[in-house]
Amino acid sequence: MKKELTRQQHLDLYYYMRLNRAVEDTMVKLFRQNKIVGGLYSSLGQEAISVGTASALEKKDWIAPMIRNIGALLVKGVPPRDIFTQHMAKYTSPTLGKDGTSHFGDLEKLHIVSPISMLGDLIPVMTGVAMAGRYLGQKIVAMTWIGDGGSSTGVFHEGLNFAATQKAPFVLILENNGWAYSTPVRRQVPLENLADRAKAYGIASYIVDGNDVADVYSTAKEAVHRARAGEGPILIEAKTFRRMGHAQHDPAEYVPKEMREYWEKRDPILLHEKFLTEAKLLDVKTKKEIETKIEALLSQERDFAENSPMPPPELAEKGVYCSGDDCHKIQPRWERPVAEVTPPKSSIDASWVVEGFGRGKSSGGGTAPIHFGDTAQSEERKEVEEKLARARPVEVVIKDAAAKSAKNAASNGRKAEKARAGKDASATNRKAVANVVGKSVKAGAKVPAKSMARKGRR
Amino acid sequence: MANTSKAPTDGGGNSDGNTKGGGPVTFLEAIKQAMFEEMQRDPAVVVIGEDVGVYGGAFKTSEGLLEKFGWERVIDTPISESAIIGAACGMSYLGLRPICEMQFIDFIVCAFNQLTNFVAKGHYLWNAPAPIVVRGPSGGGVHGGPFHSANPEMYFVHTPGLKVIYPSTPYDAKGLLKAAVRDNNPVLFFEHKYLYRRIKEQLPAEDYTVPIGKAAVRREGKHLTILSYAAMMHNSLEAAEALAKEGIEIEVIDLRTLLPLDEETILKSVKKTNRVLVVHEDTKTGGIAGEIAAILCEKAFGDLDGPVFRVTALDTPVPYSPPLEEHFLPNTQKIVAAAKELARY
Repeated sequence: MKKELTRQQHLDLYYYMRLNRAVEDTMVKLFRQNKIVGGLYSSLGQEAISVGTASALEKKDWIAPMIRNIGALLVKGVPPRDIFTQHMAKYTSPTLGKDGTSHFGDLEKLHIVSPISMLGDLIPVMTGVAMAGRYLGQKIVAMTWIGDGGSSTGVFHEGLNFAATQKAPFVLILENNGWAYSTPVRRQVPLENLADRAKAYGIASYIVDGNDVADVYSTAKEAVHRARAGEGPILIEAKTFRRMGHAQHDPAEYVPKEMREYWEKRDPILLHEKFLTEAKLLDVKTKKEIETKIEALLSQERDFAENSPMPPPELAEKGVYCSGDDCHKIQPRWERPVAEVTPPKSSIDASWVVEGFGRGKSSGGGTAPIHFGDTAQSEERKEVEEKLARARPVEVVIKDAAAKSAKNAASNGRKAEKARAGKDASATNRKAVANVVGKSVKAGAKVPAKSMARKGRR
Repeated sequence: MANTSKAPTDGGGNSDGNTKGGGPVTFLEAIKQAMFEEMQRDPAVVVIGEDVGVYGGAFKTSEGLLEKFGWERVIDTPISESAIIGAACGMSYLGLRPICEMQFIDFIVCAFNQLTNFVAKGHYLWNAPAPIVVRGPSGGGVHGGPFHSANPEMYFVHTPGLKVIYPSTPYDAKGLLKAAVRDNNPVLFFEHKYLYRRIKEQLPAEDYTVPIGKAAVRREGKHLTILSYAAMMHNSLEAAEALAKEGIEIEVIDLRTLLPLDEETILKSVKKTNRVLVVHEDTKTGGIAGEIAAILCEKAFGDLDGPVFRVTALDTPVPYSPPLEEHFLPNTQKIVAAAKELARY
């Protein structure tokens, strides 16, 4: 997997991880000098996830970072000064001092949606972004992040389920860092793999080593590609560890020492550096150049932030409402003919098949189509659907499996046994379907080389 | 397709076969026309909600839209109010103008966080306008019980960043809904379901909007002012009519928009009548009447000849059984009694 990346890609990932850490190190210093107004949240040890996933996106794609995704902001093109000024509540910050931390966005150029502190809310919002992008013909992918803790919220469920019903081009990164503030993941979710939540929504999922940036990047790249191709939302669970407390104020004494030590040895930057050095992709000179570049950049950005003014108090009164076109000219960017939507011509077929839906004992083994609304279907999509329909060997196998089971049951003789076997038969039946569906996926899809990456079930 | 109902005509006429401006239409029909015409005018307008597509909405306000505009613009959702509001907000970031339907406005509180924290604060905090409309049937008097009769407007009037509209006539409903769709801010639009089929009005043939944030003087008078909105507007007019026979001339003002409140029209009327009665179907504590009383104390204390009176629902949930609900709700008799008492000052 790592070999599939070019040297430049590897070095870019390395650069952004180093930049991410250096930005946060700088902020820790500022925090200790009392120059940060509110809390300071660290992504120490999680940089590979922010950087690897955001790097998989195209410029036109949309992100909504959470509090520990400074790396994603940097990859998207946010200058470090924006992050410093935000934390220092300066007038020059993107929110002019009205909010802090990573709570800022940019609708026009960088396509970043600002998070709020309530976890999970970004999931339906980014679903809407993805849906609007599809409707406008922009072919974008929307991506956001959530933690192990945030995955327990109601809106996580509402959002991801809605995204799944809409087949929205949406990628959700679930950063499982083991801790929701002081509560270990075991007390939050009785699952070994949080990626299993994807099954409940009928969407594809992956599990990646969140401390292996190349693995994160390659998996995210594939997920983004699949989402863009119309396969619907995809969940990636990135397993990692939160090395600092919930925020700077929290010494995180509840974290076992051995656990911390284990993960310190698996530092994503050190791991990647080791790989790059061994593969002769990074020499001492290049490393030094990267360090010098970051140092110079951050020194300049930090100076800017420190020398920036605080906002004028009266600003607190302003900007609650948009005053109209003079304030914001709201115009969608159409990338398909507007004439196509009235009368409507869908960008994708409006009815799709859910494997096994409507299949009961007496339904003859068919799969019921889910009608989403009947609108004209584009010719291109029709061909794809027909191809898919031809490639689906489900029915034959079910009948074979059912017949075999029924035969076994019949030979048994006793009535009670027969009744029980009837149940077994339907169980076998379901299993057979699952096997076939699983196989047809494996045959068609590329399986990532790294064993940590698990194929989705689609 | 399960829904074989007739779509509104291209001219925006209603599905009963009336052409636009051809005859008086109900409140429901006015809502329907507004959505249809806005969707036709601007492909950025989409409708999203539970059962709005195939079924055409629980009250049939989006009937025919799916056939006309397709599933990408008329979006049936799971029972997930937070997802509806959240997705609409995300869509608006790309320049769309979603109209969200809450099947009953009672369910808007299921999306409370999404609305008050995400949608309402976006423009103030990070310069991100969210031009979405959230509309739905509200109010009691139809024996809908405690979860299908609510007037939850004040939760949101307390939220800077939102606009809150609560019209009382088909003309206003259509004009204000159109204005809401074209507004760059999140607008909550309450439709009193008691009015849906009970009143009809002749609407103009041409496109029109009614400005958000402007109250309307429904009846002129000099002895006292009744401030009201939604269904209670009609009871207030009834009371004014009754009292006119006794020589009490009441000025009736329809607030129409609760946030932002039209203080100018209110203060102007108080200067003339010197007495104010606020009537609303919402419960008493924390209702808009309290806020209006405070504004009058601050800005028109010298103009007042008596205390600000209120006629409101009781401070209880909306009860189900007809005698209980009737006791709970304000009505014309209660308004008449309060107005008479106030007129004595």
